[in-house]
Amino acid sequence: MADKEVNMTEQKPKATRDGFGEGLVELAKTNKDVVVVSADLTESTRASWFKEIAPERFFAIGIAEQDMFGAAAGLALCGKTAFACTFAVFASGRAWDQVRISLCYMNLDVKIGATHGGISVGPDGATHQALEDIAIMRALPNMKVIVPADAYQAKKATIAAVSLRGPVYIRTGRSAVPYVTSAGDDFKLGKADVLQEGKNVAIIACGVMVKNSLEAAKILSAKGISAMIINMHTIKPIDADIISSAAQQTGAIVTCEEHSVIGGLGGAVAEVVAKKGPVVPVEMVGVNDVFGESGQPDELMKKYRLTPEDIVIAALKAIKRKK
Amino acid sequence: MNKRPDIEKLKAVARDVRIDIMKMLTEAGSGHPGGSLSSVEILVALYFYKLRHDPKNPSWPDRDRFILSKGHVCPALYAVLAHAGYFPKEELMTLRKLGSRLQGHSKKDSPPGIEVSSGSLGQGLSIANGMALAMKLDKKPSRIYCLMGDGETHEGQVWEAAMTAAHYELDNICAIVDYNKLCIDGRVEDVMSLEPCADKWKAFGFNVIDVADGNSIEIVMDAFDKAQTAKGAPSIMICHTIKGKGVSFTENKCEWHGVAPNKEQLKRALEELK
Repeated sequence: MADKEVNMTEQKPKATRDGFGEGLVELAKTNKDVVVVSADLTESTRASWFKEIAPERFFAIGIAEQDMFGAAAGLALCGKTAFACTFAVFASGRAWDQVRISLCYMNLDVKIGATHGGISVGPDGATHQALEDIAIMRALPNMKVIVPADAYQAKKATIAAVSLRGPVYIRTGRSAVPYVTSAGDDFKLGKADVLQEGKNVAIIACGVMVKNSLEAAKILSAKGISAMIINMHTIKPIDADIISSAAQQTGAIVTCEEHSVIGGLGGAVAEVVAKKGPVVPVEMVGVNDVFGESGQPDELMKKYRLTPEDIVIAALKAIKRKK
Repeated sequence: MNKRPDIEKLKAVARDVRIDIMKMLTEAGSGHPGGSLSSVEILVALYFYKLRHDPKNPSWPDRDRFILSKGHVCPALYAVLAHAGYFPKEELMTLRKLGSRLQGHSKKDSPPGIEVSSGSLGQGLSIANGMALAMKLDKKPSRIYCLMGDGETHEGQVWEAAMTAAHYELDNICAIVDYNKLCIDGRVEDVMSLEPCADKWKAFGFNVIDVADGNSIEIVMDAFDKAQTAKGAPSIMICHTIKGKGVSFTENKCEWHGVAPNKEQLKRALEELK
């Protein structure tokens, strides 16, 4: 786990949903068994990029998420790998029972392209900000949950999901985020990336919060605190070994996610700390069991306490709690 | 059209399937007799006449697919599959027991021949759509059959799926409604009316086949043949059936939706059926 040079200004920021779309484009060109179903929102989810290349393998289902997942299941039962695309709130909330029975119980090759995750959706407000989806998706047997940190990773995760048996939930965001990985980096499902080594606290983040964690680490470093930064792109199956080893090395953990503090990345990490140990303080940065509201993404990140400064406060608190 | 089998033989299969259903449910101590008994002729006509399938090779890629959307009547499907040769009949008595392949609501490939998991109502027709789209994409001749309960069509997803099937002109789909007029809470008409049922499906773009007696194997077979000739639109057979059909004390009684017979009741049922 060597320190890695992370260059956040190397390229123009890009939304993770664009990375998802690029993954679909690659699959449209290279894998004839991949099909896409879409519950409207086709341009927003970037499913349209697939449609442009392989229109015969694209199926609009209309604003009908339950039917979309059923159709995806039927396609998968006949040998296809189906990507079902809509916003994360609808993918997780409008059709949870269909995801449970028609996808997970049958362990079918349906990959859920859940875009517009988290509060950074912005002005659309609370109805469109998925803040509970990681929790309710990871509770399902056979489901895998990926939250890529940048567009490169989103593209790789999308392509990698096809070679995994069974359903995969890929949560991406609407807003542009700087790159925290490189085009050439490996992506292995269930294997977290240590972006930076550290001794005093381990910051474990997913999605756009990885970028904020790296910024928090700089602030902490100026205070003489050395923070380990882990990009936990796969929430399920979670990389338990890296969590245990981080707890061992630093003695304190902070989790960061653009999601409720209940049941998401924080919950998954706390489960590992409690069950596998060593038991260390865990502070959770996330949305504190409330609904969001309209606003610009940066305003909302600030109001709902998801900024690098909030991560710094949580890190200091976790360190203080060490015995 | 397929060659018509000997009707008397099919009637005998239907009778044996009913006997099995009653024995299985009594042994299990729970389950759903009403809808199982009402759907027997539909299932027998499918597995002994209409479906292109191979019990010795359940995963034959070019087979027709049957989706049991109303998963609670799986005892009827298990019995029909066993009679068709998918698995030994002795296994039927393991229904709902720990470790059994015969789950209380159907589970995919358990045993092989069960195409989908179901039990949470309203999901089958959407799955049928996906299968039908895949068959069209791959230019395969397989047809997709999907059996729903009448009460099941209260579920909104069914009507989402109806739109999709018609929109994509999925004429390789034949949906079937087991219109036995009863759900758990009482008469479907009182709980939540489906009428005008045929008109609704017509309005949604289906080729509607009204099956006046869905407990007559001949009439059901005719309807399956008719559905196969429809082009450019999905078909639906609205099968008027009798809930609890074949056993006098279970017929048309909503109390028998989800209660197993006791040993005394089983004895009476078997006397009537034999």
